[in-house]
Amino acid sequence: MTPLRDAFLSAAVALGLFGPMVGLLTVSGEHGLSLELRPIATAVIVGLVFLGRLLVLSWRGRGRVETYKTNRALAEGIAHAGKFIAPVLLVAAVALPFTGSRYYVDLGTLVLTYIMLGWGLNIVVGLAGLLDLGYVAFYAVGAYSYALLSTTYDLGFWTCLPLAGLFAGCAGVMLGFPVLRLRGDYLAIVTLAFGEIIRIVLTNWVSLTNGPNGITGIPRPTLFGLRFSMEGGEGTFAGFFGIEPATIQRVIFLYYVILVLALLTNWVSLRLRRIPLGRAWEALREDEIACRSLGINVRNTKLTAFGMGAMFGGLAGAFFATRQAFISPESFTFIESATVLAIVVLGGMGSQLGVALAAIVMVGGLETLRDVLSFLGDQMNSPLFAGIAGQLPLYRMLIFGLVLVVMMVLRPRGLISGRTPTVALGARKEIAAELVAQGRG
Amino acid sequence: MDYAYALQQLINGVTLGMIYGLIAVGYTMVYGIIGMINFAHGDIFMVGAFLSMIALLGLAALGITWVPLALALTLLFAAAITALYGWTVERVAYRPLRGSFRLAPLISAIGMSITLQNYVQVSQGARVKPIEAVIPGGIQVMNQGGFTVELSWMQIAIVATTLAILAVFTWLVKRTPLGRTMRACEQDLKMASLLGIDTDRTISLTFVIGAALAAVAGLMFLLYYGVIDFYIGFIAGIKAFTAAVLGGIGSLPGAVLGGLLIGLIEVFWSAYFSVEYKDVAAFSILIIVLIFMPTGILGRAEVEKV
Repeated sequence: MTPLRDAFLSAAVALGLFGPMVGLLTVSGEHGLSLELRPIATAVIVGLVFLGRLLVLSWRGRGRVETYKTNRALAEGIAHAGKFIAPVLLVAAVALPFTGSRYYVDLGTLVLTYIMLGWGLNIVVGLAGLLDLGYVAFYAVGAYSYALLSTTYDLGFWTCLPLAGLFAGCAGVMLGFPVLRLRGDYLAIVTLAFGEIIRIVLTNWVSLTNGPNGITGIPRPTLFGLRFSMEGGEGTFAGFFGIEPATIQRVIFLYYVILVLALLTNWVSLRLRRIPLGRAWEALREDEIACRSLGINVRNTKLTAFGMGAMFGGLAGAFFATRQAFISPESFTFIESATVLAIVVLGGMGSQLGVALAAIVMVGGLETLRDVLSFLGDQMNSPLFAGIAGQLPLYRMLIFGLVLVVMMVLRPRGLISGRTPTVALGARKEIAAELVAQGRG
Repeated sequence: MDYAYALQQLINGVTLGMIYGLIAVGYTMVYGIIGMINFAHGDIFMVGAFLSMIALLGLAALGITWVPLALALTLLFAAAITALYGWTVERVAYRPLRGSFRLAPLISAIGMSITLQNYVQVSQGARVKPIEAVIPGGIQVMNQGGFTVELSWMQIAIVATTLAILAVFTWLVKRTPLGRTMRACEQDLKMASLLGIDTDRTISLTFVIGAALAAVAGLMFLLYYGVIDFYIGFIAGIKAFTAAVLGGIGSLPGAVLGGLLIGLIEVFWSAYFSVEYKDVAAFSILIIVLIFMPTGILGRAEVEKV
């Protein structure tokens, strides 16, 4: 098939797809719905598909590079660079608040929250190979544990943090216990259902959780008993150090709290990988039947993975609650689970550095996209764009979904797909991604 | 015991169950052949509902108001365009990942689901879209102590159409060459391709048929509830998947049976316990079934070969 004919066919398919959906807008009027024609938008999209297909075909026509070799080279390159990337990232993370920019510190806090969630889920998905689509449930359990304990019993953040982790860990084990016999996709769908059940219960159990209105006035954390309040004076951070009280102090403090929590998650999972339990997780991921025949207690191994992952999710949830000072069930939708899972998979499943990079790219990218889109929307004053300028921010999640698909198609094994064995006889060699099973569950 | 009330719930449950069953067939077919959860299938159903609404409005604008003709044309149009969506999704998001490791197509499918939801939100707006009842009226089945059991024409139409379409579909799978290749691919994809079956084409057609059935379900949903929005696909998708699992994934009659059961459970739970927790009931059923009966009601036990 010639490229031109192929492109025409693609354009025809695009016309079929977008013609009715984009070309005919349903508008609510006085007499119910009516249709409005949008021929220009449809023509633009079909034209773009035509040109895009031509471009892709001409690019592909130049001969494909051998993907295996490039993957291998890239993986080794990243593994070498990784020795430098990780310390550089750490220094950058510690130094970030010194820029003094509220925007960057807030963004950094958000990215670190997702890095922590990613590392937590990495234990379940990346190490133990159990596919969990309901990770947000444990995040929610942690957040609500802290919110309810602090607002009802007046407990402080540092008292509640371990409790929130404990509750979430227990929730993980409780969910894990019955569903561990399931494999792969079944496990995924059950965890997804569990996540939805938690959200529905949080929405409808109004007497406990205040339902969809959420919980407000969640107290902020303190630094060795020093509060970050705006009044200054005795017992506050600003009063103790004799400086002017400012919101940025609290923001930076929260940033360092999540940085420490995230590093703790990283440290614990790196240490866990070296003890027999962690090695059993990785063995389980590669081959469950072989594990069982070697006498590994599969049930306990899976349960600990679930529990550990859930615990870190709960800790991150408690942090989320204290940072926002307000939580409602709306923050714990499936899209959060999907984002965290996408971070783990894009990071290369099992690679700590990969998860951090993927979180920076995805969460940072999503936030940047929000700014770029609203900026573009403001710039489009001409009447030609009247229809889409105000809607532009809505395109964010559309682009997110498309990027997810494109990244999977281009690099299904994630950013860092190679593996270095945790335990090795003699020299440690990078294992190519093609040789390891991932997430078979 | 209030039989009239229960009878009414039975009627509603069967109607809803038919809709779930139609979506579940799409899940179970795809899972049977390539062993992946087509996460975007719920959103394909939502796209089908929107296309049905657009077609109904377009036909009304063109002056075609004779209800049977309008509905038939809408059904054909929605099924055809939604099938095109199903084909495109498979071609763009799943085919490049065939033979890749298991999580890749799942993430790709989640990405596609997010894409479709937001695409419809962006192109048609986030507001709920209500339409007027297309087939009003019904027949009174019985009257007990002031409570009237009503069987609406709409419900009769939904159940009758679903049964007719399922009959055609069963014939397609059981008696035609296409159905034979589909069943061959389901049994052993590699062997089928060794024997000269164009597996890529068969998988594409599976997606096309699944999407067309989802479009029928979308039209039924639109007619039954009279209101749709871009988010209906997610919950309906999970419930339909639950139905597929409950009936035994890979089994076509099982999908319809599971859909009926889920519809009945949901309706009876809402009627006798609480509306808020109806989804919790459906999902709990999923978890319980998977724990105690992992192969579902009509499913085959999976033998694992080492």
